[in-house]
Amino acid sequence: MIKSFGKYILMLYYIFLKPEKFSIYWKRFADEVIQLGVKSLFIVSLMSAFMGAVLVIQTATAIDSAWIPDYTVGFTIKQSMLLEFCPTIISLILAGKVGSNIASELGTMRVTEQIDALEVMGVNSIGYLIGPKIIASIFIFPIVIIYSMFFGFFGGGLVCYLTDIIPVKQYLLGIRSFSYENYAHIRYALIKTAVFAFLITSISSYFGYYLKGGALEVGKASTNAVVYSSIFILFANYILTQLLLV
Amino acid sequence: MKNISKSFAGVEILNDISFVFEKGKTNLIIGKSGSGKSVLTKCIVGLLVPDEGDIFFNERNLNSLKPKQKKELRKEIGMLFQASALFDSLSVEENVGFPLRMFTKMTTNEISDRVNFCLNRVNIQNKNNLYPSELSGGMQKRVAIARAIAMQPKYLFCDEPNSGLDPITAIVIDELIKEITEEYEMTTVVITHDMNSVLEIGENILFIDNGTNKWQGNKNEILDTKVKELYDFIYVSKFLQKMKK
Repeated sequence: MIKSFGKYILMLYYIFLKPEKFSIYWKRFADEVIQLGVKSLFIVSLMSAFMGAVLVIQTATAIDSAWIPDYTVGFTIKQSMLLEFCPTIISLILAGKVGSNIASELGTMRVTEQIDALEVMGVNSIGYLIGPKIIASIFIFPIVIIYSMFFGFFGGGLVCYLTDIIPVKQYLLGIRSFSYENYAHIRYALIKTAVFAFLITSISSYFGYYLKGGALEVGKASTNAVVYSSIFILFANYILTQLLLV
Repeated sequence: MKNISKSFAGVEILNDISFVFEKGKTNLIIGKSGSGKSVLTKCIVGLLVPDEGDIFFNERNLNSLKPKQKKELRKEIGMLFQASALFDSLSVEENVGFPLRMFTKMTTNEISDRVNFCLNRVNIQNKNNLYPSELSGGMQKRVAIARAIAMQPKYLFCDEPNSGLDPITAIVIDELIKEITEEYEMTTVVITHDMNSVLEIGENILFIDNGTNKWQGNKNEILDTKVKELYDFIYVSKFLQKMKK
């Protein structure tokens, strides 16, 4: 356990060594933004829209009272989406999609000696392979989460429009009820997402990069990457909420 | 290399191996599977650190070099891996040009010229835009050789360059390695257990068995060996034993 943690810290140290050639790392960063962020947009939009839709139905059903105005549903959806559903649930989904992808990519590179080839050439393989992934994810995941929030609100709005469970105008009124506190909530969500992005990419990279064995171990590394990333996301979620929101 | 020893979890893999690789020649490390050839090569190129012993590249002791000096030395080393180790996400041209883009200030046109020169040298034409998965095993090896020589290295290491290839392609690869070694005056080290390669290109041979240096010589001496382990390694089949007698 302590040895693994030491290796993880050492890996982080190598990431921040001076790059051999900045232009190549910049290109790798751009590729990773597409690979980790842009290629996740479809699943994120689908999940967010359905999450928004289901939340509207559940909330509207749960607070079906003459004493509570309809716009409360929109307000509740907004708060749930901003504070928890988009940053945490979407990050957990990204841990599954992106984390397993990173672990299997690096694991396969290890098994097929591609990482050794980089090392023999004199390339800092950790800096070259993992560094751009971590920086790209910290950059793009918060943008993906903002995108997810909009899709969540859209899904909720769509279900209001299609089922008339509450009037669309009331829903939008709840969504638009913006207070100064909401800026702090958005900041909290984005900080949380950036931390989750770091955890997902660094933990998954660790399992892939230090893999020993063959194809079977690549599968195990992918599973471990998802499991450990998810566990650390949940821990970090609690700690950050305590620190930033209370 | 001097007195190289290496163990993993208490199991001794290499025990006190010393040998001098000759410049401009094809040096071979031979031995059975599991005899420690690949571990020895990884120690020589710096992927593993030996528990004891020193590795000298001319006068430079690999183990006492500073990280920056080690990085400079590595630019003088080319390596062909057993499974070629071409980067899956890069095309043939990008693979061969990778070390040039990473370590030189050459322009795009200069890199392209050098890549085409190296690919022509290994007899690969019009495949620049293909990806490694679209190439045959023999072609992958040749592209890997092209990548290894792109930086005009002084030292070339080939880890079982013939594994997984048919006998004809294997000989083509062997001859290519020998030609390139002579052409660029490199110190080439080939790790193999293929006797065809030994007899074809073995100018300076080290035989290791159970991690120890059992024999050294050249291809003209190897068939008359009196070392039992090497004799058993060469004349493995009854047919060959009968031929020898």
